[in-house]
Amino acid sequence: MSRPTTGALLLALIPFTAMCFSVPLWDRVTPMVLGLPFNLFWLTAWIVLSPLCMWGAYRLERARAARAERRT
Amino acid sequence: MSPAAICLTTIVAIVAIGTAIGFLAGVRRRMDLEQWTVGGRGFGVALVFLLMAGEVYTTFAFLGASGWAYSRGGPVLYVLAYLTLAYVVSFFILPPLWELGRRFGLQTQSDFFTLRYGNRYLAALVCIVGIASFIPYLQLQITGVGIIVAIASYDGIGRTPAMAVAVLLLVGFVLASGVRAVAWVSVVKDVLMVFAALAIGICIPLQHFGGIGPMFAALAQQRPGHLTMPGATSNLGHAWFVSTVLLTSLGFYMWPHSFAATFTAKSADTLRRNAVVMPLYTLTLAFIFFASFAAVLLVPGLPNGDLALLTLVRKSFPPWFLGVVGGAGALTAMVPASVFILTAATLFAKNLCRALLAPAMSDDQVARLARVMVVVLGLISLSLAMSSSTTLVSLLLTGYAGVSQFFPGVVLGLYWKRVTATAVFAGLLAGVAAAVLLMLTHRDPLFGLSAGFVALCLNFVIVAVVSLLKARAVRDADVEPLPMHG
Repeated sequence: MSRPTTGALLLALIPFTAMCFSVPLWDRVTPMVLGLPFNLFWLTAWIVLSPLCMWGAYRLERARAARAERRT
Repeated sequence: MSPAAICLTTIVAIVAIGTAIGFLAGVRRRMDLEQWTVGGRGFGVALVFLLMAGEVYTTFAFLGASGWAYSRGGPVLYVLAYLTLAYVVSFFILPPLWELGRRFGLQTQSDFFTLRYGNRYLAALVCIVGIASFIPYLQLQITGVGIIVAIASYDGIGRTPAMAVAVLLLVGFVLASGVRAVAWVSVVKDVLMVFAALAIGICIPLQHFGGIGPMFAALAQQRPGHLTMPGATSNLGHAWFVSTVLLTSLGFYMWPHSFAATFTAKSADTLRRNAVVMPLYTLTLAFIFFASFAAVLLVPGLPNGDLALLTLVRKSFPPWFLGVVGGAGALTAMVPASVFILTAATLFAKNLCRALLAPAMSDDQVARLARVMVVVLGLISLSLAMSSSTTLVSLLLTGYAGVSQFFPGVVLGLYWKRVTATAVFAGLLAGVAAAVLLMLTHRDPLFGLSAGFVALCLNFVIVAVVSLLKARAVRDADVEPLPMHG
């Protein structure tokens, strides 16, 4: 199987860092944003931002597939 | 009519409509094994989305996650993180898997292991671990239906008869129509569930506190520790969060049914686009959390957190609305449960029985045996659900500790040529044994880390080390995929 592009992997690392590894930084109640405790706000925001990152990854993978097709 | 009668009539009507749609979807197609299990490999983005969402948003999201928000607090946020990140992982794993599936006619997870590693004992082990992991997950769904009906009947109907009816219905509907039925019932279920979640999540805080903001402000003031980790627990802190999110997001598509849903897609591109948009669906859960956190203040002191959401709905809304929520909840349990039963039955018939014991079986015989197994598995999970009382989240995490152990074999199998059957077999066995041992001896979490995650790390190390040793010894570890039959 062909490996995914480095760019796509790096884009995928962004949501992992934001929603998982950085938990000590955002697991707090204050400041409340839009009426939500900060940790709930942060995760909800990243539910929306992650598809943007993955859309970028999708574009990169498509471009690579197109290049591969032209070569064969 | 009494409140209980109104409420139950609504639930029955919703389940009947959902089931009717399921039966109609299967009527006009000839059901051979391929059509029954992978829908003829012709599903586009919309239908794959519905099928996958149908399997993902189970009664766990409805009752289990809200139960933990109520009883544990902050640690429940892991659910929002892992569901989103699971799709990020799927972006890289599912498309190559689909390519293999189309080229070699794969239908089940165990087919993949047979193809990649050419070892039928490994494939059989994968089957057994898969079927075993389904059991707590199935039990979770059936317990969920029991809770719904018990609350909706204002405690007039016991959980046991409710669970029996649910099992009967779902066995009937799987036998009649296979995977296509599930995708279409998901439509009904998802529309209802999104509607119910928004209504509950917005109305309950509004009705009792004047808004979501004031509700959280009141909760933060009265129970300051509840909203962050470790919440109401002593040992579910940040290390637990990171390890559980990793375990469950990596393990998410290792469930045999999610794995098999990959093969229903029309193209690899369908799966990539699906992975991009699926996280948005997780937003529904945030609304369910609003209501479950409100329940901490409004209906304190419940013996079982899993009852919190519905108890609060019963207290805040008229009976017909409790009926709509209950009906959505019941379908939310039955749709995934029928997928689990379908998958486990196919695994048993095709990849365990035919592969090891009776290689001469025809496709039709396999399909017939799978139908018998649907009934058997329905009865097993019913009897387990009747006799146990674990929380819904614990049941789910037990299943995850099992299926996540497939991850090294799948991902290294796709991307690393040197990995060998022996290595994957040893890693899987060690991982499952470690997870079972840690859980049975109540060492979960272990040093603050999720036990399943510790087992997964051990599994990874064993697979890597054994593969490298073998490669050094033989120098020809280039494993060619074996062409397979059927």
